[in-house]
Amino acid sequence: MSDTRVDPAGGFSVESLKANPRQARKERLIRDSLGATALVSVLISGLIIWSLFSEAYTFIVEVDWGSVWDIGWFPRRGIYDVKTLIVASLIITGIAMIVAGPLGLGAAIYLSEYARPGIRRTLKPILEILAGIPSVVLGFFALKWIAPNLVESIFGGPAAGSLLAAGIGVGVLVIPLVASISEDAMKAVPMALREASSGLGARKITTTVRVVLPAAVSGLMAAFIVAISRALGETMIVFMAGGAAQTAVYTHHPLDGSLTMTAGMTSLARGTDNVVGEGLTFQSLFFVGLVLFVLTFALNLFSDRFVHKVREQY
Amino acid sequence: MAKARLIGDRTSKVMVQAMERRSTDVRGLVFQITLLVTLLISLFVLAVLIVDVVMDGWGILTGRPGGFLSGTMRSLSDDPKLGVHQALVGTFWIAVFVAVLAFPIGIGAAIWLEEYAPKNRIARFIELNIRNLAGVPSIVFGLLGLFLFVKHLEGVTGGKSIASAGITLAILVLPIVIITAQEAIRAVPQGLKEGAYGVGATKWTMIRSQVLPYAAPGILTGTLLSMSRGIGEAAPLLLVGAVSGRLGSNPGFLDLSAINAKAFMAMPVIIVEWVQNSGRDPGFAEAAAAAIVVLLVFVILMNAAAIFLRNHFEKKRG
Repeated sequence: MSDTRVDPAGGFSVESLKANPRQARKERLIRDSLGATALVSVLISGLIIWSLFSEAYTFIVEVDWGSVWDIGWFPRRGIYDVKTLIVASLIITGIAMIVAGPLGLGAAIYLSEYARPGIRRTLKPILEILAGIPSVVLGFFALKWIAPNLVESIFGGPAAGSLLAAGIGVGVLVIPLVASISEDAMKAVPMALREASSGLGARKITTTVRVVLPAAVSGLMAAFIVAISRALGETMIVFMAGGAAQTAVYTHHPLDGSLTMTAGMTSLARGTDNVVGEGLTFQSLFFVGLVLFVLTFALNLFSDRFVHKVREQY
Repeated sequence: MAKARLIGDRTSKVMVQAMERRSTDVRGLVFQITLLVTLLISLFVLAVLIVDVVMDGWGILTGRPGGFLSGTMRSLSDDPKLGVHQALVGTFWIAVFVAVLAFPIGIGAAIWLEEYAPKNRIARFIELNIRNLAGVPSIVFGLLGLFLFVKHLEGVTGGKSIASAGITLAILVLPIVIITAQEAIRAVPQGLKEGAYGVGATKWTMIRSQVLPYAAPGILTGTLLSMSRGIGEAAPLLLVGAVSGRLGSNPGFLDLSAINAKAFMAMPVIIVEWVQNSGRDPGFAEAAAAAIVVLLVFVILMNAAAIFLRNHFEKKRG
């Protein structure tokens, strides 16, 4: 008993249970290289922040601040009115949420509470296919179908692209996002709550509206915030269907064309083969990028809070 | 009577009324139909979208499918040599970069986070960092690519090249690969792992022989989804500098010198290019629609395969 190293039966000891050193080295090597791959993501975040700040810093220091609050976005003439871009981004996001909020939430409630398993199994994958449609395709659709068929014929706007057309396009893009996060949130509501509600004599609609939705409210908030963040950062639809090419005069009318933060950056980077070294145009890209990054980052952190709340509750 | 007095006359009256009412619940029915309509609107939009692009691109796709796939960028839309070959080559190489860089790094990170990571602040920070990275707008990754690979590492990547674009997109999809792989690994039953340890497996042997095979379908689903995201993404490519003119004549698929050549094209970018051209030459709208159909075939096939895989294994494992 006192000497654990010698087994009375012979031949078997704690010593022999130790892994052989070569294998232990291999295990450590594998653990460390996997750890290194996990650190790559931290490195990427660091690089993103470094690239945004270092170029935006030059812009902040050198720019004439009068030109950052002016009549419009004319970067090649030294007029960097960020207000124009931010207002256009907010309008697009607002329109997108007016479209995607009710449609996404409605689809989610139907799939989670009403659809029979068979119907759910057919309809949900189709919604997921919609989620996989690249944004250039929706940009084409917004410009060539939504603009003439909805914006022009219903709202009397231009048939050639406008904030409204792009906003509806972005709305279509984020419908699946709103729907899938909301559905997850409602599915996480314990069955017992629904059963208790039915047991008290509540109808399906009462159970859904008064019990399930309030119980899932954190997840629904998260869905909306994530969708807002996605709509703010969406680029191609706005660039293709937003109705403005290189420059934009300040506007807050949805039927006008304008540039959002993302579209402004894209058109500037694409307008010439060489953005580098033309006054502050190159740096202005990173300044706008930094504004966008800070906004979406704050929204994402905020939504993360809500998701955690849901997990804690159930 | 005694019972009714016990719970109050008003309550009993409401209950009796409720039990006697046999009429259909109109409000509930309207609600349910409204919900179904919202879902059907989304599906209708998808149908209209697909019909619209297929109809627009029909002339080119049925008229000269081979010529369109092997043709190159042209300045006029009625040029018989107009086509997407350069863009297909670019997208092929982007897919290679994503597969070679994002898949191994992403899956490795997921294994570490789920199986090795200590429960401390550093691991929590890495997790939070990945979730935030997944929410960063794609154009910001384009700025990173422009700053790092085009401006500062021009000597390595060749500046505005397919290598810069490929690495940028690999970085863009990395968080998606990690998150989906983590979910797949988390779903591996504890019993399988303990069984492996019980017969004397080391940690890595256990991961290789139990965790990875069980999680493989889930990981594959994630890689398919991120690949389809990667080949459809245009914004970062425009920032990194995909250009229309001065492309090499017509590179072959396996022409390695094309990787850091100074000009490149990709499927989503050629669509943007042609949509913009359609302002002066309306025929380009049809070419753009045809290119969209080509891109959608790849994207939808990958997505459908991913969804099918996931549903198949979810059902099988209950």
